[in-house]
Amino acid sequence: MLEDENIIEVRNLTKKFGDFVAVNDISFEVKKGETFAFLGPNGAGKTTTIKMLTTLLRPTSGNIHLNQFDVVKESNKTRHSFGIVFQDPSLDTDLTAMENMEIHAALYGLPKDLYNKRSEELLNMVELWDRRKDMVRDFSGGMKRRLEIARGLLHHPKVLFLDEPTLGLDPQTRNHMWSYIKDLNQKEGITVFVTTHYMDEADKVADRIAIIDHGKIIAQGTSDELKQKTGQTSLEEAFLSLTGHAIREQAGESEMKRMGQMWRGGKR
Amino acid sequence: MRTIYILWLRQIKKYLRSKSRIVGSLGQPILYLVALGYGLGSIYAKGGGGSYIQFLAPGIIGMSILFTAIFSGIEIIWDKQFGFLKETLVAPVSRFNIMLGRTLGGATVAGIQGIIVLIIATFVGFRPTNLALIIPAMIFMFLIALLFTALGTAIASKLNDMQGFQLIMNFLVMPIFFLSGALFPLTGLPKIIEIITKINPLSYGIDGLRGTLINAATFSLWTDFTVLALVTLACIAVGAYFFSKIEA
Repeated sequence: MLEDENIIEVRNLTKKFGDFVAVNDISFEVKKGETFAFLGPNGAGKTTTIKMLTTLLRPTSGNIHLNQFDVVKESNKTRHSFGIVFQDPSLDTDLTAMENMEIHAALYGLPKDLYNKRSEELLNMVELWDRRKDMVRDFSGGMKRRLEIARGLLHHPKVLFLDEPTLGLDPQTRNHMWSYIKDLNQKEGITVFVTTHYMDEADKVADRIAIIDHGKIIAQGTSDELKQKTGQTSLEEAFLSLTGHAIREQAGESEMKRMGQMWRGGKR
Repeated sequence: MRTIYILWLRQIKKYLRSKSRIVGSLGQPILYLVALGYGLGSIYAKGGGGSYIQFLAPGIIGMSILFTAIFSGIEIIWDKQFGFLKETLVAPVSRFNIMLGRTLGGATVAGIQGIIVLIIATFVGFRPTNLALIIPAMIFMFLIALLFTALGTAIASKLNDMQGFQLIMNFLVMPIFFLSGALFPLTGLPKIIEIITKINPLSYGIDGLRGTLINAATFSLWTDFTVLALVTLACIAVGAYFFSKIEA
């Protein structure tokens, strides 16, 4: 069934919210140890796909294997294999930065000494070590984002999902983050699955790229292959020629769900 | 175990840090004790019931545990909206342990709230008849707390925003409180009310508190304990099931 070098295999994956098809029969695979960029305009289905890959949403149909586990049937085992930095906030703002890190360490069963070492290293990396005892509710948006990243990197999973990790980060932090992740990727063979709106970033870090639009994967390959295919010189131009220039609605997940509910409500 | 502990600790820390919540949630039981206790006290005594404060205090303790516990469970909706829930849902630990940790935390908070109300009640004239039975009374308090935190968790797992909260308060929590014998004795009631009070698990909790605190149970303490324990287990099971089905 599953080829050995593929750490993620997605087959005919579909997700509907009512009559709205958010993800429409997509298939792709991610090889072990590669950095895979998942690109697409707003509302294309990126986050919905990530939610299905990370056991947060059940697919309408199709199947997903992650680290050889069936994501739906073996969700617990799957959860042992990945880590994720979410696109939207997932911190407890009534706790301190350190307490948020502690909960993560406990949930992922990180040994105490390893936790102490890594939390200091990571909080220093995102320049929050001096603020570790402060309540997260007093943090700015950028600080919260940095804390999310530090927390997401505490444990070293087989697959690391980064859903627009660098959104709103300054170039310094972005650089630190990518060099840290590159290092993880090389030293521990961690597979990185990233979504981003920054094409230069995708061009720089990704071994392979898939472009999704309207719930369908419209192209995949290396950055060079995509440029060749579209006859463009930059990934940004290639992306635009594949997805068009029209600006998309910022249709978030919740909005899709609401649309789905409206549809269902209308049919009743 | 580490998961259960850290999520339990989270609830406790959040409770201890929100001083306004602690003080705010004590206002209502104090008001009930004073207004009803003194206001209806003379009528109750004339009716031959004895001291109404003695009778009422266990009911108000039960009430404040009920409200705090349901609210602790409902807090999952906040976690959904602020995103923290996702952090726990993708973690490689069983959903049952996550649910149990936060339910135990919420129940501990509600139990502490009950003990605080018990202490306050002594200031308005409440006197437990047998101090040795304070410990079993605390077991009843914790069971009530656990039952309703689990119930709140089960409900909140199915809701996505706080809009349904008013509905739950008016059509579930308030009836559970008013039709539990917290305010009036369970004897000599119209048939329909009697049936409802007997289905209501809080009736057994408050009866257990009366049995232990003022030695005046309507049912036997073992009946109270058994019913309460069984319903608590059922609520935890249902809560854990709904919680395991949450999608984010």
